[in-house]
Amino acid sequence: MSLSFSAKATTPIPLDLSFEAKAGEVLALVGHSGSGKTTILRTIAGLWAPQSAEVQCSGATWLRTASGVDVPAHRRRVGVVFQNYALFPHMTAKQNVMSAMPATVRDKSNAALDWLARVNLPDMAERKPAELSGGQQQRVALARALARAPDVLLLDEPFSAVDRVTRERLHAELIALRSDLSMPVILVTHDMAEAQALANQMVVIDQGRVIRQGPTAKVMSDPAALRAMGLRDLASLLTARVIAHDDDGLTQLETATGPIWLPRVKADVGTTLRVRVLAHEIILSRARPEGLSAQNILPAVVDRIVSGEGPGVIVHLAIGGDEVLARITRRAARDLDLQVGQPCHVILKSMSVARDHVRG
Amino acid sequence: MDWSALLLSLRLAAWTVVLLFPVSVLLGRLLAYKQFRGKALSEAMIMLPLVLPPTVFGYYLLVLLGRGAPLGEAWYQLVGQPLVFSFEGLIFASVIFNLPFAIQPAQRGFEAVPQDVREAAACCGMSPWRSLLQVELPLAWPGLMTAMVLTFAHTLGEFGIVLMVGGSIPGETRTIAIAIYDRVQAFDYDGAAVMSAVLVGISLFTIGITYLLSARVGRRLS
Repeated sequence: MSLSFSAKATTPIPLDLSFEAKAGEVLALVGHSGSGKTTILRTIAGLWAPQSAEVQCSGATWLRTASGVDVPAHRRRVGVVFQNYALFPHMTAKQNVMSAMPATVRDKSNAALDWLARVNLPDMAERKPAELSGGQQQRVALARALARAPDVLLLDEPFSAVDRVTRERLHAELIALRSDLSMPVILVTHDMAEAQALANQMVVIDQGRVIRQGPTAKVMSDPAALRAMGLRDLASLLTARVIAHDDDGLTQLETATGPIWLPRVKADVGTTLRVRVLAHEIILSRARPEGLSAQNILPAVVDRIVSGEGPGVIVHLAIGGDEVLARITRRAARDLDLQVGQPCHVILKSMSVARDHVRG
Repeated sequence: MDWSALLLSLRLAAWTVVLLFPVSVLLGRLLAYKQFRGKALSEAMIMLPLVLPPTVFGYYLLVLLGRGAPLGEAWYQLVGQPLVFSFEGLIFASVIFNLPFAIQPAQRGFEAVPQDVREAAACCGMSPWRSLLQVELPLAWPGLMTAMVLTFAHTLGEFGIVLMVGGSIPGETRTIAIAIYDRVQAFDYDGAAVMSAVLVGISLFTIGITYLLSARVGRRLS
């Protein structure tokens, strides 16, 4: 299963782009609101047709405006999780899930219960949407989308309407579910941390055009993509293993080049985690500093220095096998006389790592 | 008490509801979801019976149903009887003058179904027909029920157009409202009082039932 998409339009939003999503891959469509990402999703689902577009899924042509092919939405095998879930309010959770099942499913009632169990909602089958919390509604919506046995799964900002704690849990659940899914998954989001945590592939869109596309880690370190997304979101992932939970509320983790301490991490000792480090929170030092309040000082090697158009540069640093990004001013880079291949120290405040930026 | 007049009114109201239900589903849904040229004009035309005096409306209907007009003539050729001053003609007139009472609430009912819920129905693989039956109608139900009850109650109470189009033929076109008028003309105030009270009772009962039911549906959906 795979999906290929291309479109050109001038209204309601200018579009001029194409991309492909492969089976089992999570592709994040990232961009500011108004960049056209939701319009792309609606085009794939058959809820909207731009002036000129082509959508192919699993070898079938769903939309080809040039030859007048436009398969109606209900005949496209798509699973959609809408931003506000769009559950059927008069049906129970189970009926919602059953309503999307293909006619070939024999025991729909039991199949629906299975799906609800898979999204960790086993005891809510007879509840109406109004009796469920936001996170629970989101799970029902996901179960309903998957029960359709879709050729492509579309997620339209599915985590934007729940609180932070619920969002983290839903992320973890989706990551666990991801390996079981055989279809391409397209995730629309404006949250960089979310895209970085969930997606293997990333397409950055600005004003209906692709700025950059490719593997998530690669796109995330690309200055052109970052300009479109906002530099404040520039971040990289650092691999670390939990060593100990200290009495003072900090957790000690071991990275490739040394220990770091973070605010208490909810994970067992021995677990390997990925810590999302914001590029503008990093301080670089040539010599190992002393008498500093920052707890985390990691030896690193300068890999690459990329200057943007503004006063900043992005320094790519190797810490073991990880690539960590630091955003510092051009002047600081010059004063430090940073050179590629040079060793230096990455300094990170414990408190600068948000709790939801540490994931399994 | 003119029981045949009451029965005739109830029959007329029931037929009007039966015939207008599919019309209000079709047109209410169309007006709620679709944008098309002349939409404002169509909506205005549907609302006309609310503002025109019954005499004006009755006059046009009389012309339309008469043998001088294609509709009246076609009916005469088909059935062998004129459409004016007949029960069938009355049903036709009743359907027309109840359009605003049926379509407006139905349209509001369909408008209350969120767009993403309708889109979700399509993305769940529901054909437009299945989506209508399983998603839209259950959710638009409060509006549709209001439409039907208003139509029913309003048909019972209509006077001017019935008089213009139907006259006052006992058992054929003399509805309870006309019968009350006849009683008053004949100075039979007691008869008029009984029939008026019965009409008030029935109307109050029908509308009361709707409020009760729609409150229950409201609880079910919220």
